[in-house]
Amino acid sequence: MEEKIEKHTIAVLVDNEPGVLARVIGLFSGRGYNIESLTVAEVNNADHLSRITLVTSGTRMVVEQIKAQLDRLVPVHKVHDLTDEGPSVERELALVKVAGTGERRIEALRLADIFKAKVVDATLTSFVFELTGTTAEVDDFVGLMSHLGLVEASRTGVVAMSKGATGF
Amino acid sequence: MPEQKLTGAQIVIKALKDQGVDIIFGYPGGAVLPIYDAIFQQNDIKHILVRHEQAAVHAAEGYARSTGKVGCVLVTSGPGATNAVTGLLDALCDSIPLVCLSGQVPTHLIGNDAFQEADTTGITRPCTKHNYLVKDVNQLARTMHEAFYVARSGRPGPVLVDIPKDVQFADGTYIPPTEVKHKTYRPQVKPEIARVEEAIELIATAKRPIFYTGGGVVNAGPIAAKLLTQFVKMTGFPITSTLMGLGAFPASDPQWLGMLGMHGTYEANLAMYNCDVMINIGARFDDRVTGKLSEFAPGSKKIHVDIDPSSINKNVAVDIPIVGDAGAVLEDMIRIWKARQKRADQTALKEWWGQVEGWRARNCLNYNRTEAVIKPQYALERLREALRGKNHYVTTEVGQHQMWAAQFLPFDEPNRWMTSGGLGTMGYGLPAAIGAQIAHPDAIVVDVSGEASFLMNMQEIGTAVQYRAPVKIFILNNKYMGMVRQWQELLHGSRYSNSYSEALPDFVKLAESWGCVGLRATTVAEVDEVIEKMLAVTDRPCIVDIAVDPKENCFPMIPGGKAHNEILFGPEDSPSDATPEDGMVLV
Repeated sequence: MEEKIEKHTIAVLVDNEPGVLARVIGLFSGRGYNIESLTVAEVNNADHLSRITLVTSGTRMVVEQIKAQLDRLVPVHKVHDLTDEGPSVERELALVKVAGTGERRIEALRLADIFKAKVVDATLTSFVFELTGTTAEVDDFVGLMSHLGLVEASRTGVVAMSKGATGF
Repeated sequence: MPEQKLTGAQIVIKALKDQGVDIIFGYPGGAVLPIYDAIFQQNDIKHILVRHEQAAVHAAEGYARSTGKVGCVLVTSGPGATNAVTGLLDALCDSIPLVCLSGQVPTHLIGNDAFQEADTTGITRPCTKHNYLVKDVNQLARTMHEAFYVARSGRPGPVLVDIPKDVQFADGTYIPPTEVKHKTYRPQVKPEIARVEEAIELIATAKRPIFYTGGGVVNAGPIAAKLLTQFVKMTGFPITSTLMGLGAFPASDPQWLGMLGMHGTYEANLAMYNCDVMINIGARFDDRVTGKLSEFAPGSKKIHVDIDPSSINKNVAVDIPIVGDAGAVLEDMIRIWKARQKRADQTALKEWWGQVEGWRARNCLNYNRTEAVIKPQYALERLREALRGKNHYVTTEVGQHQMWAAQFLPFDEPNRWMTSGGLGTMGYGLPAAIGAQIAHPDAIVVDVSGEASFLMNMQEIGTAVQYRAPVKIFILNNKYMGMVRQWQELLHGSRYSNSYSEALPDFVKLAESWGCVGLRATTVAEVDEVIEKMLAVTDRPCIVDIAVDPKENCFPMIPGGKAHNEILFGPEDSPSDATPEDGMVLV
């Protein structure tokens, strides 16, 4: 029987020290786990803590194993499975460059407006849009732009947080 | 009064002393000269000069495993550190607590491809439990203490501290271990009581129970082994163990079924296959043990006690997971068993034992006894008799001789048996024996070896001679990489590709060239005499060359990809249907 593949968003609080990201990535490559998205930045300057948000997929057993393996890394403070632990919000930011003139250019701008994307750079022949949204929204926007002169897209990957008053 | 400043090298030595280190195994080089200078100027820590850095790590493993302390290693940058890598991974796989100090090029040269520079923390990251690069001398003492804490806490393992040469020279402040508390690392030692209670209820209702124990019991210390023995006696259940767990429960006890797994006993493997309740304490469902996962102990309820949460539900889904130290869990188990006045189901247990004894009567370790040639099993049986009742430690290399040693030698106490289980490192046994001998100068330490494995680290005879470590190297010489040859015979149409030990030295003369005692047995009649002479040597190493049957295979054997009830007993079992194609790709 094939087990169901689940997609999970996991937040990890780590000491911001050299090599910590390499430990996390090495764990995934060394043990053959998937990384669909990974973001990291310092969130607490005083205590030198960084928050890693990663999106991974696997069977229930593999996902549990990923969390256990992350948790036993020495510089890891906490591991939270946001997918398991109730509702959460997920966002990613994208910069999308579109080149074109005439009707295509107007259509790109119109769609950007619908998606609430901001124009952060404009020339006579191009725009760079900034868009924040769920992964699906960003996918949709980039998909539409591919018909209207998409040059390149740069995405941050997912950051996520649980809903409600309690925190990490 | 101003704080007293020490150099980085002095901080290292002081931290080692404060951590209770008395022996360090190492090899000098440019990037660790300041630490070697500091070693020269003190007498508390004895340095053992090995002949190769890999051996330094294995020696520290032997020291650690036989004493329960953290083993300590000192190597230089670049090749010193890379040579240590195999040993570090060996210690990681077998959960041996080590601290390895490596020199590094000065901080301003890091990243410049300097002479003897290696990205040591990068290379050793997946080979250690944790590692550090210390760039600030004022962080050195804290890092050293943290390294020891991480190495010995939770599931033990090797920790590497990489120290640039300028940091060793720089002046800094020392802090004692009492002032260091780790920010994040707090492994769970005490189990969740509710889970233990659940386990006890299940154990009490078992009809066909078995204890399956592993290296975690040995790592939890001699008290854990005593508690295990006590609990197993209280329940009356049969018990088997992994290669790493041998000795935690006395092998001379009638409840002992022998080792399980690929070369385990028939009774142990069939009891695992047929059990209804499995009590795994400190073992990790390794593939050498489980065989075919889909047919591993089908229909059993499984309790798994492990200090490492990532070991639980990794290969095998279990019903009652218990995270905690084996000793702490056993203590709770015994307490709750007594408090609830539990008693095993005697009728069912009697029936179960009847079945187990039936399997035991198969006498699976029997071999073709002959006067014509020395069977390796015979040599080990004679060694077992000669060691009985004596204060002894056994190490092994890797291969057939290792499995035979596990099958035939007596294991009545923990910490007496040292072997490379997880990584399977040929060349482990001799340096590990030296480490154990240095920790226990008056004990008999035997490295059960094969001629091929011995060649992998035989330079360490020099170390043994230098420190008058009278290790016994008991070579079962079949002129083959025996286990490779066995697999080639069973799986690759007897095409013995590169598994013959060509151009062997004369081991007796080799021993003599080092000023050691060299002995040889080529006939069955000579075996006892040679063992007796070997044990009489107490002032220098002794190499024993036993010319054993070159064609002997190690049985019983569960071929890769097969289940516990599909066992080959001996040459009479047809090798052609031994292994399916999908098993062939397994190792």
